Amino acid sequence: MSELFPRKQVMGFIFSMVLTAVALGVYFFDMSFAVGMTVLLITAFLQAGLQLVVFMHAGETDDKAAIYTNVYYGLFMALFTVFGTLLVLIWDVG
Amino acid sequence: MEFFERFAIPHPSIAIYASMVAAGLTLIAVLAGLTYFKKWGYLWREWITTVDHKRIGIMYLISALLMLFRGGVDAIMMRAQLAVPDNKLLDSQHYNEIFTTHGVVMILFMAMPFIIFFMNFVIPLQIGARDVAFPRLNALSFWLFFMGAMLFNISFMVGGSPDAGWTSYFPLADTDSVGTNYYMIAIQIAGIGTLMTGINFMTTILKMRAPGMTLMKMPMFTWSAFIANVIIVFAFPVLTVALAFGTMDQLFGTQFFTLDNGGMAMLWANLFWVWGHPEVYILILPAFGIYSEIISTFSKRNLYGYKSMVASMVLISVLSFVVWAHHFFTMGQGAMANSIFSITTMAIAVPTGVKIFNWILTLWKGKIEFTTPMLYSILFIPLFTLGGVTGVMLAMSAADYQYHNTMFLVAHFHNVIIPGVVFAMLAGLTYYWPKMFGFMLNERIGKWTAWLLSIGFLLAFMPMYVTGLDGQARRMYTYSESTGFGPMNMVSFVGAAIMAIGFVLIVYNIYYSVRYASRDISADPWDARTLEWATHTPVPHYNFAITPEVASSEAYWDYKKKNHELYKGDYEKIHMPNNSGIPFVMSCIFFGWGFSLIFSLWIPAIITTIGIFVCMTLRSFEKDHGHYVSVKEIEDTESELRGA
Repeated sequence: MSELFPRKQVMGFIFSMVLTAVALGVYFFDMSFAVGMTVLLITAFLQAGLQLVVFMHAGETDDKAAIYTNVYYGLFMALFTVFGTLLVLIWDVG
Repeated sequence: MEFFERFAIPHPSIAIYASMVAAGLTLIAVLAGLTYFKKWGYLWREWITTVDHKRIGIMYLISALLMLFRGGVDAIMMRAQLAVPDNKLLDSQHYNEIFTTHGVVMILFMAMPFIIFFMNFVIPLQIGARDVAFPRLNALSFWLFFMGAMLFNISFMVGGSPDAGWTSYFPLADTDSVGTNYYMIAIQIAGIGTLMTGINFMTTILKMRAPGMTLMKMPMFTWSAFIANVIIVFAFPVLTVALAFGTMDQLFGTQFFTLDNGGMAMLWANLFWVWGHPEVYILILPAFGIYSEIISTFSKRNLYGYKSMVASMVLISVLSFVVWAHHFFTMGQGAMANSIFSITTMAIAVPTGVKIFNWILTLWKGKIEFTTPMLYSILFIPLFTLGGVTGVMLAMSAADYQYHNTMFLVAHFHNVIIPGVVFAMLAGLTYYWPKMFGFMLNERIGKWTAWLLSIGFLLAFMPMYVTGLDGQARRMYTYSESTGFGPMNMVSFVGAAIMAIGFVLIVYNIYYSVRYASRDISADPWDARTLEWATHTPVPHYNFAITPEVASSEAYWDYKKKNHELYKGDYEKIHMPNNSGIPFVMSCIFFGWGFSLIFSLWIPAIITTIGIFVCMTLRSFEKDHGHYVSVKEIEDTESELRGA
């Protein structure tokens, strides 16, 4: 019976609930903007990764390599664009 | 009457009224011709509703050629205006509208569809597939692009053209006229089509290759198009968002790009180039792929450095996203940001240089055959390298303060786009023409064209480097005689006129070859190397009677020379998609939707929005399983094509 039990999915579900609860904590507990934002960003990225891997089956088919390459490529582009934009428009205004 | 006043053009001239009459007469002539020759049914069945990648490709080609002439006429008008000092041919407003239209049309409605024509026509054949992954989506892509392009093209006759440059920088673009609305919404509609194309071809290339064709056995054009489509999928959403912000600023009074209320005009420039820089690689990479195919075919050698070609393209695809700020070095960021973007920009020269050396080394000791496509490719190498070198000059942010917004920049980007992209398009057009239409274009006229375009190009753009360094600003509609820019600009105009003759020769070549070219040619007239030449001419709608099996990156060459077996097994029934009118109808509704939004006609805007969703709903609930081509039908078609 233990092979039939969807352990990974149940664990994933519990973990995603925990992440949601932690994110919700930002609203209920009084913390500084920086701390709150950090908590939200970290839980958001963990949540997105969890959904992608566990519930959207990113690694379970032959397309595994293509899917992960795509995700990493997209992440790189997004992060570079966001931080590059911040650099150009806010951090390094000459 | 008040209702109709909004459609009047704010700044009329005789030329615009003449174009209106000409456009009206052309439209009437086309409609009357179709009726007189009873071609409406044929047009609907064979072209408007088609999902065949080859036909959609040809429709892209026709649109691209039409837009090439539209953009070309704009270019000639600009060069004529600047040919002598203090010229009165055009006034400043018309000049602004013309350079804006020239830029948008040439990049988005000429170069893009030309590239997508090659991807549509060549890729399924080159990878041994029957069609693209999503044939109906492909039709929708085309019709959305077409309607977007048409919407943009009527702007100068209805309501007024955009006039803030193809970059449409805010706050300059923030005007009360409908020009900017046209820009935002027409490009949005065409852009959605392009994004769909990107997804479609990524899927096609990843999932539908012939058995045996691993990624590292894909022909170079397929590789280059694959990388270009990856860039499309990652870059175009940024344009979509930027245009949506701009549209909301224009129509609903939001403040994304305004100067007050928390708006930030620089954000537009930033987002525009986050898309705009990758866009230039979307154009140039497939062009490089076409050169790779042509140079290899006419050197009678396999491509030198296949792996380094692929690696450099992958590297370019990453670098293309990390350099955008070099388009506005002078707009206020500090030395650190500029240094970072300077270095990433210069880094792009490395993989590009690798590709140039690979082509030269393919030619080295090759058995070179000087056909028209090869002539374009040989001319491309030195001319493009000149553009690349001036690009590295522009990449140095300190020096860019001298070059920025001058004719030097204009000379640079035309120097990469014309020999890089336009020559590749014309070379590829000549190269694939016999596969499309069953006869060759005339070689003699073709070579004349190539030389005229090259000489015209040098005359038109080399003087701009000089006047640019002397301080002639870009987009200035006139200049005084004391600046001394006069003679150089006259040379430029002569060059532009020679290029115009070259483009007229292309039309004449098509006319001449339709009339006189021999129809008795083989399916492989260039003795080429890749799979698209392994099927019949004309290509049957199912492409290959038997799916080819591939063992190398030059499957057809090895089939001819090394006795590789391409077609194993017998005929089997073939599953093909059905035609559909929905993509065309939906795109027409999109046209109406765009037009309503541009002029703030809210009731038709709501009706057309509902219409778009109705089309999508119909598609969702439609049961369409395609159809089968029977073995009998395949046998008949094949024996007929073999006999011919």
